[in-house]
Amino acid sequence: MSRRPEHAGGEESTAPGGEAAFLRIEGVSKSFGNVTAVDNVSLDIARGEFFALLGPSGCGKTTLLRMLAGFENPSAGALLLDGVDLAALPPYRRPVNMMFQSYALFPHMSVAGNVAFGLRQDRVPRAEIAARVADALALVELSPLARRKPHQLSGGQRQRVALARSLVKRPKLLLLDEPLAALDKKLREQTQFELMAIQQRVGITFVIVTHDQDEAMTVADRIAVMEEGRIAQVDTPSAIYEAPRSRYVAEFIGDVNIFEGRASAVNGGDVLVEQADAPDGLAAPARADGPAAGDAVLLAVRPEKIEIAPEPLPPGTMNAMAGEVTEIAYLGSVSTYRVRLDSGRTVVSTHTNRLRDGGAAIDRGARVHLSWPVEASILLRS
Amino acid sequence: MNAKHEPKPRRQRAGRGLLRRGSVIASPYLWLLFFFLVPFVIVLKISVAEVQLAIPPYTPLFDWPEGGSLELFAVGDNYLLLIEDSLYIRAYANSLKIAAISTALALLVGFPIAYAMARAPRAWQATLVMMVILPFWTSFLIRVYAWIGILKNEGMLNGVLRWIGVIDRPLIILNTDIAVYIGIVYSYLPFMVLPLYANLVRMDRSLLEAAADLGCRPAGAFWKITVPLARPGIVAGCFLVFIPAVGEFVIPDLLGGSGTLMIGRILWTEFFSNRDWPVASAVAVILLLVLIVPIVLFQRHQQRQREADA
Repeated sequence: MSRRPEHAGGEESTAPGGEAAFLRIEGVSKSFGNVTAVDNVSLDIARGEFFALLGPSGCGKTTLLRMLAGFENPSAGALLLDGVDLAALPPYRRPVNMMFQSYALFPHMSVAGNVAFGLRQDRVPRAEIAARVADALALVELSPLARRKPHQLSGGQRQRVALARSLVKRPKLLLLDEPLAALDKKLREQTQFELMAIQQRVGITFVIVTHDQDEAMTVADRIAVMEEGRIAQVDTPSAIYEAPRSRYVAEFIGDVNIFEGRASAVNGGDVLVEQADAPDGLAAPARADGPAAGDAVLLAVRPEKIEIAPEPLPPGTMNAMAGEVTEIAYLGSVSTYRVRLDSGRTVVSTHTNRLRDGGAAIDRGARVHLSWPVEASILLRS
Repeated sequence: MNAKHEPKPRRQRAGRGLLRRGSVIASPYLWLLFFFLVPFVIVLKISVAEVQLAIPPYTPLFDWPEGGSLELFAVGDNYLLLIEDSLYIRAYANSLKIAAISTALALLVGFPIAYAMARAPRAWQATLVMMVILPFWTSFLIRVYAWIGILKNEGMLNGVLRWIGVIDRPLIILNTDIAVYIGIVYSYLPFMVLPLYANLVRMDRSLLEAAADLGCRPAGAFWKITVPLARPGIVAGCFLVFIPAVGEFVIPDLLGGSGTLMIGRILWTEFFSNRDWPVASAVAVILLLVLIVPIVLFQRHQQRQREADA
């Protein structure tokens, strides 16, 4: 499976590779009373894809997932899995399994009993159940704990049982509702990689719901960023990070500096932007729907793309600003500098600590000069 | 000077703490001692006495005739009578049967009620619990009496059934075992519903979603998930109905027929009609022994449940 293609930024709803969509979500809406949880969402997800629904709580991502599982019915729209309309099927008939945020393990059954439950419902022969349960437990490395009850397991082990239980029926689609939210940071990061490895081994299409941008960026082939029931952007992780389409997406994924300015001219492939903090102006690559001269624009720059130096820059340099370092956060691998510009605005710049003691050159209170290349700037819809 | 006196108050405080802790631990035991053990010993004492036309109407356990020595007076005749006269054994057996059937019926009626309460919107639940408890605000006796008005031949139930044309001759319910079942199920239903509700309301509903997700139909999920998880509530409710129902007196006396043989009635007859306190006491002691088995089972179950929850 090819992971992380260069940011294609293709059509919003088509799956990559031009393949016909395996899971097609067509204009789906869901209202609870007069609250619209999901608002006209369309998505195409390819077979074998690891797809993430990312957004803050209350953005409708879990409701969308629950509609796929069959626990909620869409108020409008259609859900097609491999050409079959899911809406007509109750949850217990759908070729879809879900891993619950709470894991929802049956407390009165052993680990093996939990994993076997789904197979027993399908009246799979006993010998086959035993073999498939053993395989599923081996996949999540829980074979020695098969006879334990859920309350005798750690959080991480319970999470694995839930995963094994949802995989053992070999569903066409696996839904994961915040699967790692209950784990501590270290275990969560480790489990993310395991989840990716397992997904590649079983080849099942995964749809994960998460509010954790790092998690989505790590595990997913593509991410749909959701905002108040709508899709804000669907793209690969790198495209979401490097080419966000809106302020919301840029601010939700990672840290970002955003400057409000006015497009002064379009010069070849670049848009020149007037902004008070930059004496010689800002510049960014133009977009297809790029602004015309005179439009108000937003220009975003990721902190790690901003150079910080004590020496002044030659006059006439674009994307250059000056200010005073107010805070330095040393994070080990990187240091983050908060720089207060003369206008009072704060800009954040991050630097890799490539040399030991290399960061000692700039101290708090020092006068510094910031700059970044034109390609590092992102124009956003304002 | 201060330093010299320091340890003393500390020791005093420790002593007071121990006393306080001790009194907390002792209070349930004191309760049991005064309200269970002492009365039981008195009943046990009477059960080995003989009837006597006196006040109290039984022979004393100890006698100390003037000039003589202390005499112990105890007979096993009363217990022998309970074994020899089949009436008593039939009454015990019948009491257990009626209590068992009533418990099963109460479970059958109580489970759907508790289930509906646990699934009702949160805002209603306190009100629903209140409604289950509400009958306790009226005297138990009056509520059982009210059933006479409902069940008798010219009562409300027969009136309604005749009016809608289901029957043309009144159903004879009052003074039969059926009326006793109705009375016991009605009276003890809250003891079934409340522990079941407390159990069901705690159940994680995502478990049922998980069962559905794994291919289980709602009816299957009920038997495979809800019922096994409700077992502690079912067991608690059944014991709370069964144990008092065995010794029930008022309901069989008011609603049952002359043929409704229950040990509570026998006890009443021996005590008040025959004024045979020793036999009545023996009946009570045996009743307690019969009930000790389910009571101990219940206590064990509660204990295990607490350990499982911890």
